[in-house]
Amino acid sequence: MVTKRAYPAATNTAAAYSEEPLTSSAANDAPGAPPTPGPAIDIRGLGHRYGDLAALAGIDLTVPPGEVLGIVGPSGCGKSTLLEIVSGLREQSEGTVAIGVPRAAPDRLPACALMPQRDLLLPWLSALDNAAIAPRIAGARRERARERARPLFERLGLAGFESTRPAELSGGMRQRVAFLRTLMAGKPVLLLDEPFAALDAITRAQMQSWLAGVLADDAHTVLLVTHDVEEALYLSDRVAVMTARPGRIAATLEVPSPRASDRAAAVTSPRFGDLRQRALKLLAGETS
Amino acid sequence: MSTRARLVALAAPAAVILALLGLWEVAAQWDLLADLLSIRDFLVPAPSEIVQALWEERALLAEDAWVTLREVLAGFALALVAGLALAVLLHLSETARRALYPLLVASQTIPIIVIAPVLVVWFGFGIVPKLLIIALICFFPITVNAYDGLRSVDPELPKMLRTLGAGRRQILMRAELPWAAPFAFSGAKIAIAVAVIGAVFAEWAGSNEGLGHLILVSSGELSTALTFAAIAVLSAIAIALFALLALVERRVVDWREEPFR
Repeated sequence: MVTKRAYPAATNTAAAYSEEPLTSSAANDAPGAPPTPGPAIDIRGLGHRYGDLAALAGIDLTVPPGEVLGIVGPSGCGKSTLLEIVSGLREQSEGTVAIGVPRAAPDRLPACALMPQRDLLLPWLSALDNAAIAPRIAGARRERARERARPLFERLGLAGFESTRPAELSGGMRQRVAFLRTLMAGKPVLLLDEPFAALDAITRAQMQSWLAGVLADDAHTVLLVTHDVEEALYLSDRVAVMTARPGRIAATLEVPSPRASDRAAAVTSPRFGDLRQRALKLLAGETS
Repeated sequence: MSTRARLVALAAPAAVILALLGLWEVAAQWDLLADLLSIRDFLVPAPSEIVQALWEERALLAEDAWVTLREVLAGFALALVAGLALAVLLHLSETARRALYPLLVASQTIPIIVIAPVLVVWFGFGIVPKLLIIALICFFPITVNAYDGLRSVDPELPKMLRTLGAGRRQILMRAELPWAAPFAFSGAKIAIAVAVIGAVFAEWAGSNEGLGHLILVSSGELSTALTFAAIAVLSAIAIALFALLALVERRVVDWREEPFR
């Protein structure tokens, strides 16, 4: 089902479909292009409070351009708050967030695209128009926006469903349209908040292979928040494990060979099992 | 729906209406109603006499119906524009909401019967007081429903659009207004049904034409058949406008009801 190898690899679509110049250094990070120095995301001493409630405390995270950083943590550890802060929807109480350069929340909004947990597709728009909403917001005419979304729409295995309304799409397809909508924003940084949490186990595994293929062909700097350890370990270069509230980073695990094309083999390998074991222990509050 | 189910759906209300009309015809022809009410028999027209009045006075009825229809359409249009604009204003501005919402509710406590003659004194016998009276009745359901629709937008939706670069106006145009459209249509359908009542009040308060005026004059002249004929035309206008609006709604709101899973 995955069409990931069917198209020429190593093209930077972020630049190809964005007419606006990209501001972050991460934008130049196409596979094959010389790597740009400096991290794409640099978070220092980040803390956040809701009134008296400390949601996040002392978070330090650095993501080099083109890397996928997975973030796992128990429910309510502030994972979604962290993404909202990085995306610029929320200003943090303490610490700094740099996307290329240190930025206040309003200046982070143009640099990051957030894929929310629920697909939030607009029920009155066709699948293609949902995918093409970012160019529309940027001022492109409807036909022009569709033209720009169409090639990716086909590459992501959605061909034939251009004019289908979201209500008639399967869960996996809706998530793919939502992902494409995020991609079409042409932002250097992608923030994925539990992208496949709403899907059944089989569809979720398929979507993970699919996303691995998309990222292998077309690298992006990604923060991937999930409560699914296996998903994080399979898709990420590194996985940060968070503690319960207030959320802190307990440890960061290096993943030796992320996004293997044979997902089933990868997740059943002994090394993967060891990593999962360590992550689960960290989640349970044991130090390793 | 199958053809058979469609037929039943049409036949059932038709049968009830025909049965009631039949009973009325019998009661009127045999002067049962007149005897019961202790009034002269010509004051209780049978349905057949109303149909006869509809035919004989068709020119007069058509002329007055045209007047009333224009008033209703113009008043409704005014209410639609003002009502939607007010709903958007209430939604966008906390200050406007605090200042105007009580006033909005208060406007509905004023009996139209009381205010209609005052408006006629101020604006004369022309179409202006009619528009204002109809609009005053119509805008409330439109505003309240549209505002509720705007308020009920999934709060995650504006956030998602902001990360895609949308500002306040884009969020309104691309998410909130389409989301509120089914709500606004519900309000508009209530409004169009009561708009006709508003037109009758307005014409009673001061007019020399229109179906409301005709009802007033014909009942004064004890031409009850003509009164009922005018009422029948009035109902037909209301039903036709309601059906037209429902048709437009089906064309505009063509996505499934449940928006998000």
